[in-house]
Amino acid sequence: MDFATLLQVLDSTVRLATPLLLACLAGLFSERSGVIDIGLEGKMLIAAFFSAAIAALTGSVWLGLLSGIVSAMLLSGLHGLASITFRGNQLISGVALNFLAAGLTVLIAQDWFSQGGRTPSLLEGGRWAALTLPLAETLRPVPILGPIYYELISGHSILVYVAFLCVPATWWILFRTRFGLRLRAVGEAPEAVDTAGVSVVALRYAAIAICGLLCGLAGSYLATGLQAGFVKDMTAGRGYIALAALIFAKWRPWYALWACLLFGLLQAVALRYQNIDLGGFTIPVQFMDALPYILTVVILAGFVGRAIPPRAGGQPYVKER
Amino acid sequence: MTDTAPAIELKGISKAFGPVQANKDISIRVMPGTIHGIIGENGAGKSTLMSILYGFYKADRGEIYVKGQRTEIPDSQAAIAAGIGMVFQHFKLVQNFTVLENVILGAEDGGLLKPSLAKARGVLKQLSEEYGLSVDPDTPVEALSVGHQQRVEILKALYRQADILILDEPTGVLTPAEADHLFRILDNLRAEGKTIILITHKLREIMDITDTVSVMRRGEMTATVKTAETSPQELAELMVGRKVLLRVDKEPAKPKDAVLSVRNLRHVDGDGVERLRGISFDLRAGEILGLAGVAGNGQSELLEVLGGYRDGEGEVLLNGAPLPLSGPGSDGQARRTAGIGHVPEDRQREGLIMPYTAWENTVFGYHHDPAIQRGAFMNNAAIKTEAAAKMERFDVRPPDPNLAAKNFSGGNQQKIVLAREIERNPDVLLIGQPTRGVDIGAIEFIHQEIVRLRDLGKAILLVSVELDEIFALSDRIAVMFDGRIMGERDPNETDQRELGLLMAGVTGDAGEDPIKTVDQSLDEKEHRAAGR
Repeated sequence: MDFATLLQVLDSTVRLATPLLLACLAGLFSERSGVIDIGLEGKMLIAAFFSAAIAALTGSVWLGLLSGIVSAMLLSGLHGLASITFRGNQLISGVALNFLAAGLTVLIAQDWFSQGGRTPSLLEGGRWAALTLPLAETLRPVPILGPIYYELISGHSILVYVAFLCVPATWWILFRTRFGLRLRAVGEAPEAVDTAGVSVVALRYAAIAICGLLCGLAGSYLATGLQAGFVKDMTAGRGYIALAALIFAKWRPWYALWACLLFGLLQAVALRYQNIDLGGFTIPVQFMDALPYILTVVILAGFVGRAIPPRAGGQPYVKER
Repeated sequence: MTDTAPAIELKGISKAFGPVQANKDISIRVMPGTIHGIIGENGAGKSTLMSILYGFYKADRGEIYVKGQRTEIPDSQAAIAAGIGMVFQHFKLVQNFTVLENVILGAEDGGLLKPSLAKARGVLKQLSEEYGLSVDPDTPVEALSVGHQQRVEILKALYRQADILILDEPTGVLTPAEADHLFRILDNLRAEGKTIILITHKLREIMDITDTVSVMRRGEMTATVKTAETSPQELAELMVGRKVLLRVDKEPAKPKDAVLSVRNLRHVDGDGVERLRGISFDLRAGEILGLAGVAGNGQSELLEVLGGYRDGEGEVLLNGAPLPLSGPGSDGQARRTAGIGHVPEDRQREGLIMPYTAWENTVFGYHHDPAIQRGAFMNNAAIKTEAAAKMERFDVRPPDPNLAAKNFSGGNQQKIVLAREIERNPDVLLIGQPTRGVDIGAIEFIHQEIVRLRDLGKAILLVSVELDEIFALSDRIAVMFDGRIMGERDPNETDQRELGLLMAGVTGDAGEDPIKTVDQSLDEKEHRAAGR
């Protein structure tokens, strides 16, 4: 493998890791507040659809993004209603939302565009343009660093940069602000928050709103950044992979970055090397495609160290007598 | 003093939950700078009353005055603003936060944490010097001993400038030494002019520390008296509404041969921690061996190994025959068949299946008994009849076998478990925390039953964290610390203080200042816990 190929694989790693990272951070906010969110998948999917659909209809990627975020936040709100206000089972609510999103997107897509449940391919204005960072062209001839800057760091759409900036931002919010302290507390010991005179419900809704926002970004990026339009079930389990990455990352933002990059790398390698020939033995493409999912199963089965989830995760808060 | 306004005055507080009148027209005056005890049985309405004061519930009727001012307390925030702090029985702490983070939670000064943390660090230092409440601000709470966690709760309240402090059953989880320390802290707080409301069901604490005491029974305040002018006997009568025997009447034991012999018993739990480090003792027919110790020193594991819930290593002989400690034949069912009855420590999780009816609960563990089978089915009619009879003998109220276990009060649940185990006539009865969360009236009954069983020649192993209970029932007392038996004492030749030292792991002559030694050994234990 030469240097240029390596850069290309890493470049596609960054792009493939972006939706995972956004979804993973979304899950981080939700689960740190004690609300388990298995519905990341559904929220990404519905955001992907609405951003592609509105972008296709209006020609504006920004309007697409906005509607993607709104739709994901609405689903989040539903999840909140079911699991916070009505104290329902968070897993069931999440699964239900995934089904809802999977069905609803295809149904509306068929109704609006009649293209078999997909949106039309997006043209220039409907997609995120690649940003060329300052001096990228000038620095390109510099050996090693030049290509790294030009290929790997520059030339992504704005959502990629937003996603990566979300990592330090999330860390800062969680560990340096009052909101973060309370958020972490409500996922560990809601009764402590409650007796301190802070509203458990309000905190959890706030967390879920942030979760919806980030899922909206993730879905939008999928349909209007990574690809040019919505196709049925285009999230392809990324919500679950993000969940696995979240566990792998032990619910910490910086670890989440590395976990998502690892999954992104696996996907990038699978895309690049369809059949790997090991001298007489060929690793089939299906195996490479399955790798991220296999790793997901391994992580979810708890083979990678012991991850301690937020203690109050999954439990609706009921005031004690 | 008469012209000062009371720190807290409640007038005609009433609160009903559905048909249950939890508080009925309660009035109370607590003067500033005093410690006021509220005593009553479980379900008497103490906690409800304090929850109203702390804004958890809204009273149906009645008025609250704080420092002479009429005050509405719709939520905890309002209570905190009025200068009321509460230390709950079950701590409201975030386990993986540091002490400092726990203290500022909800009382931060701004959006960013840094200035709040810096300020809290200073205030904490000052508070710990002022009241002897020392605790390291940077330790995660989960690494602290229970006693220190409680200090964090008190610090939380003081940090919020509370001058009225409510403590709900504060000593339930403490060692005697820790409880002494807590009372010294409360003394200091009173000396600084703070007002303290102490909720407890332990008469001794009320007598030791309070200035005035109010007694609650069935939602009503039955009396408020000066502590100096009352006696434990009078308070107990006021609580229960009839004469109560505080001491168990029992003859000296007439022990016979050893029924259960335990030799060098060991147990390593799932985390790889050695919980039992070579336990040996003999339990004789016709005696009660009391195992004292602070919770978490291996007593629970010992009961569970003997009861067949956990595997162990070593030797256990029942009537001279070895019992398997792991593998086939070592489960709870086999133990019961062999003649070892078990009243588990946590009746709600291990003793009963809460949603199941009382009659179903009276046969668990014995449900394979051929006497209650009818072909491939169970003879439910027979079980029900028997259950009704058992419930009557044990005075379970209400005596309705069709009621789910969760609908009985704690004392009556315990009676169901006891009825099941005792009526099966075991040779050995293991009893864990027989009266935890049980009210005085039922305690009296349960204690009498245990002594009656002893007098029938049964061997009884009693585990309790209540020293009073250990003293009241035991014919011999063994003290456990850190998976070992530290020593054995005759209850008539020892006292709380000596046992307290053993419970803290101090043996023999403990230097010139035993209390200090206790504190040190507790700190060491804590250190080890933190290191894990």
